[in-house]
Amino acid sequence: MSRLHVSLPGLNMKNPILPASGCFGFGKEYAKWYDLSVLGGITIKAATLEGRFGNPTPRVAETESGMLNAIGLQNPGVMKILENEIPALEPFNIPILANIAGSTEEEYIEVTRQISSSPQVSAVELNISCPNVKEGGIQFGTHYESAADLTRKVKAVSEKPVYVKLSPNVSNIVEMAQAVEEAGADGLSMINTLVGMKLDWRTGNPILANKTGGLSGPAIKPVAIRMIYEVSQKVSLPIIGMGGVSTAEDVLEMMSAGASAVAVGTANFVNPYVCPEIIEQLPKLLDEIGVENISEMTGRSTKQWKTPLSSR
Amino acid sequence: MKKHLLNITSNIEIARNIFEMKLTGPGVGSMTTPGQFLHVSVGNQSSKLLRRPLSICDVDQERKEVTLLYRAQGEGTKQLSHKSAEEVVDVLGPLGNGFELAENDHNRKALLIGGGIGVPPLYYLGKHLKKKGIEVTFILGYQSIEDSFYIEKFKDFGETIVTTVDGSLGIKGFVTDAMKNVVEDEPVIYSVGPAIMLKAVEERAIGLRGYLSLEERMGCGIGACFACVCPTETRESGYVKICSDGPVFKMGEVVL
Repeated sequence: MSRLHVSLPGLNMKNPILPASGCFGFGKEYAKWYDLSVLGGITIKAATLEGRFGNPTPRVAETESGMLNAIGLQNPGVMKILENEIPALEPFNIPILANIAGSTEEEYIEVTRQISSSPQVSAVELNISCPNVKEGGIQFGTHYESAADLTRKVKAVSEKPVYVKLSPNVSNIVEMAQAVEEAGADGLSMINTLVGMKLDWRTGNPILANKTGGLSGPAIKPVAIRMIYEVSQKVSLPIIGMGGVSTAEDVLEMMSAGASAVAVGTANFVNPYVCPEIIEQLPKLLDEIGVENISEMTGRSTKQWKTPLSSR
Repeated sequence: MKKHLLNITSNIEIARNIFEMKLTGPGVGSMTTPGQFLHVSVGNQSSKLLRRPLSICDVDQERKEVTLLYRAQGEGTKQLSHKSAEEVVDVLGPLGNGFELAENDHNRKALLIGGGIGVPPLYYLGKHLKKKGIEVTFILGYQSIEDSFYIEKFKDFGETIVTTVDGSLGIKGFVTDAMKNVVEDEPVIYSVGPAIMLKAVEERAIGLRGYLSLEERMGCGIGACFACVCPTETRESGYVKICSDGPVFKMGEVVL
């Protein structure tokens, strides 16, 4: 078995790298740039029950070491994703993590039921943290009880393991993680974007048509590291870490904080080849620090201390 | 599709805040279609992450040199304007679908209409059309004489009509003010500029065939992030992605 191999519920990955949801479409655009079979897995763009057009443009704005987006969950709807998008990934033979979203509990449940029944889908990622839609999304992700309740209901119908994607826009992410763990989640994805805003100083108007958007990119990596570090000590669920990762060094840092696998998002826009380049670089970095298997990296930061450093 | 590292051969200000950057490298060999764009990294990728979509203004295949014109307006393009010859620029492309010439366009006149920083791609297009023996007329719109560029160069390919908003050069007004007489020849329209201008051009060109190239803030530039969508009534999905389905669309295809 390869030294980069990692194993998480439903996700048997030859390396810990997968593109993050929303930053990679359904894969076919990037398949024009490289062979996707090198990836550890792929997270596909959020599916809702019906097709959604999303928000008006402009939908992106650049910020220091990051970017704001307010796409608004544009997607063709779960049926078309099952018919057209997921089958197109078959030749690459990599685990598929299917991100699901909705406006109501019923929608989340129905999308999960449909998408998790696809033999090609390895696991689902419950998106309760999208900051850019008026209904659903983050509403479920900022109240412990509704998050737990939704997790329980989605778990009940899902044929595949369920990862809950947590929002950083909460006062206590540890309690949120504990709530969804207790509700039966199989894993966590963290973090989604931080809500932010950018104005045109000349006019005073927001750049984004949606006014606010989700901040991603290197600017948020320290937040992600801190949250993964805290949560990983308080829950026993595996964590797919994400938030500003753009280099192999970032991957190992995030694994040290407690992640078992790492998703790369915004960096794909900067460099379409970033995922394969990171994967190629990882063995060299492991050699440099004398680590044989990458899975040993997970949670190193806390293993070195007798009591958790976290103050929470 | 590919990422290329190109060497800057020159990067100079040719009008107020308008820069002409010439780049060379083997990657230029693939840049053969007018209307396509390069997704350009402006430099420091840790602070300015996103690439800038810059349309191809001209290509010299013998010298393997591509010309990009851009307006140094925000921080990113200002950074780009500070780069000097011999520096390397990281670009993706050519991206998007450029201007396609339908068979029945060949015996028609062409009217190329550009506004502001939408003017540059018309240069490479005009060059192509002239080479095919098509009679080309340009209408180029600028804010004022200080913002105008490339007018003499455009004249090499056809009649060039200039409009400025303040009247300091050519006809006072907008590009549409210069359209009245020329549309009588029923030319094929090719237009690049802000959506509001394209909409006005479309309204003045009812009954004519033509192509519009759209501008929008982009994320990935390759169709994955859904940042640069535009509504359409002609496709089942209800939208097009400007970066990968466009940036050039048939007139009437998208809702402006």
